[in-house]
Amino acid sequence: MMHIDRHEKIFIIVSILLLVVFATTLGVMAFAHGYQVPEPEMVVDPRTVATPGFSPFAEPGLREVGPNEYEAYILAQTWAFLPREIRVPAGSTVTFYVTSKDVQHGFRLENTNVNMMVLPGHVAKLKATFDKPGTYNFVCHEYCGIGHQTMYGTLVVEP
Amino acid sequence: MFAKEDRLAKWHIGIAMAALFIGGSLGPLQKLEHVGINLYPALSNIGLKSYYQGLTIHAVLNALVWTTFFITGFFTFALPRSLNRPLKYPRLNAAGLILMVVGLVVAAVPILLNLATVLYTFYPPLKAHAAFYIGLTLVVIGSWVCGYGFYFTYGDWRKAHPGERTPLIAFGALITMVLWQIATLGVAAELLWLVIPWSLGLVETIDPQLSRTFFWFFGHPLVYFWLLPAYVSWYFMVPKQAGGKLFSDHLARLVFWMFLVLSTPVGFHHQFVDPGVDAKWKAFHAILTYSVFLPSMITAFTVIASLEIGARNRGGKGLLGWVRALPWDDPSYTAQNLAMILFAFGGISGLTNASFNMNMTVHNTSWVPGHFHLTVGSAVTLTFFGISYWLVPKLAGKPLWNRKVALAQAWTWFVGMLLMSNALHILGLNFGVPRRTMLGVAPYASPDWDPFLIESAIGGIILGISGLLFYVNMLGTVFSKATLSEPIEMPVAEPLDPTPAPVWLDSWRPWLALAVVLILIAYGPVLYEMITNIQLTSPGFRVW
Repeated sequence: MMHIDRHEKIFIIVSILLLVVFATTLGVMAFAHGYQVPEPEMVVDPRTVATPGFSPFAEPGLREVGPNEYEAYILAQTWAFLPREIRVPAGSTVTFYVTSKDVQHGFRLENTNVNMMVLPGHVAKLKATFDKPGTYNFVCHEYCGIGHQTMYGTLVVEP
Repeated sequence: MFAKEDRLAKWHIGIAMAALFIGGSLGPLQKLEHVGINLYPALSNIGLKSYYQGLTIHAVLNALVWTTFFITGFFTFALPRSLNRPLKYPRLNAAGLILMVVGLVVAAVPILLNLATVLYTFYPPLKAHAAFYIGLTLVVIGSWVCGYGFYFTYGDWRKAHPGERTPLIAFGALITMVLWQIATLGVAAELLWLVIPWSLGLVETIDPQLSRTFFWFFGHPLVYFWLLPAYVSWYFMVPKQAGGKLFSDHLARLVFWMFLVLSTPVGFHHQFVDPGVDAKWKAFHAILTYSVFLPSMITAFTVIASLEIGARNRGGKGLLGWVRALPWDDPSYTAQNLAMILFAFGGISGLTNASFNMNMTVHNTSWVPGHFHLTVGSAVTLTFFGISYWLVPKLAGKPLWNRKVALAQAWTWFVGMLLMSNALHILGLNFGVPRRTMLGVAPYASPDWDPFLIESAIGGIILGISGLLFYVNMLGTVFSKATLSEPIEMPVAEPLDPTPAPVWLDSWRPWLALAVVLILIAYGPVLYEMITNIQLTSPGFRVW
């Protein structure tokens, strides 16, 4: 028979309950509050992704798709995001589509939960709403070569 | 009786320490760069071309070479003693060591020539010189061969001792090596199938998402490969050093099995924000990651209870007052106890990383190096320092050069790491500061970061000094003229309750089967999907 001390047994049960509480919280965040992680959206060929006619990333930039609704197509490459600057009015919801035409990059937008890996061959997608006017940096957070530290862009939320 | 084993262990541990010396020396340089003091141009004479080449050396030597060589050396010493029989095929273990050394040299050349500045994760399509990947593969294969030497030795022990329970230290060592065998299948698949043919120019293109997935199949159990040898010491050695007994033999065994079963099918928690992995598989791995937190919680209880037995035997009194009665004058003990405390913080920040969508607040920020410097950089490394404080005198046949310097080393590591990791966590969580970035010249850096970058740099410099104290002591010991007044024995903790564990806690088949089944469930469908839709669309890039 396996022997477990009584106090240790209680400790283990409490630990399990704690983990269940944490996991439930994450589930509520995901389904009730919509904090979703990126999912497979679309595959592209990084060798042709910047060629006109082959993908929406050949003309990266902002597209208005509805009232206060935008889609931002951003192409990551060593060592810049195209476009470097995006301007939207306060109250806008922006869906970011990001891919890379060379190595792996990262994309993290200040003061939001928009944080994703940018891989050649895949389109990473996340959405955020911007109520407060200001300038927010989006920064490459994956090592992508000698100029990695210079790779960023800005989102300007206009009043 | 163990002369051959000890000779091998000396080589393993000597190489491990040499690697950490070089890799560790580069750590403070990164911290100084972050506060605007860039020393890399001054080092270009000795061939160091960039911050990122230095970072590659720091990570490869510390995380891969120091750990792997120390672990195989520690087990080459401890497993035969625990089984009380010499290695069955010492030449097989010697061959393993030689393969590891050859691999290390083959991988080191391109790193030092700036042909492999791809960091230790070597994410394709960054493309290093083929020798880098071939060398890493040889190191891994060499460590497998060392493991095979252990399995053969254990097989003979088992035949000679039917019905007995495996001695605990050997038990922990064997599970660690089997876990490593399973884990490295991922990186072997990545290197042998995808990366090496591509780096040799035999194929033009590679699939970056599949490569990452293979890498993290390996990358997470890798951290348990680092951690379990520390657990071998915490469970089965340190209680003896504290004058106590192992609180629960049975639970200790269960914990090691849980790591074997659960540490691999959790790799997607490193890929929560990858664009090419389905969210439901990420969520499944998140749940399994939570369950692998449980054995560490059990460890916290069991190890602390074991230490309390020791402290009370030594006259400790009171609800918490017994802590003072622990052997704080013993550097081996102190280093390992401080390592445990830092690991508690590291565990908490790790739970955040593991938390599915919450991970988006910290993914790839400096929170992550803040976390793993508490785990591999402290729980593991400071424990290995603590082990070295008895093991190196034992192997050298000389007393420890200076006990007070060793105590100062343990405490300065503790303080330096608290400062550095605290600052890194804050920078990541509050400011989103990216990890692995030359922050001193980043155009988006904010003055708000400065106080924390300075705190982190101070911590890093204290760690550098602490590291020097360690090496002074090791060299002082090895080159000392003094001789041991009494022989040093490997500390072996007795279980509090001598009742043998049930047979199912000492049987390989059910646990290995469970491990394989869980891996097939957690990875099978995803890998099948990725491989049938393989995207060989990325040519290689050398952009450093």
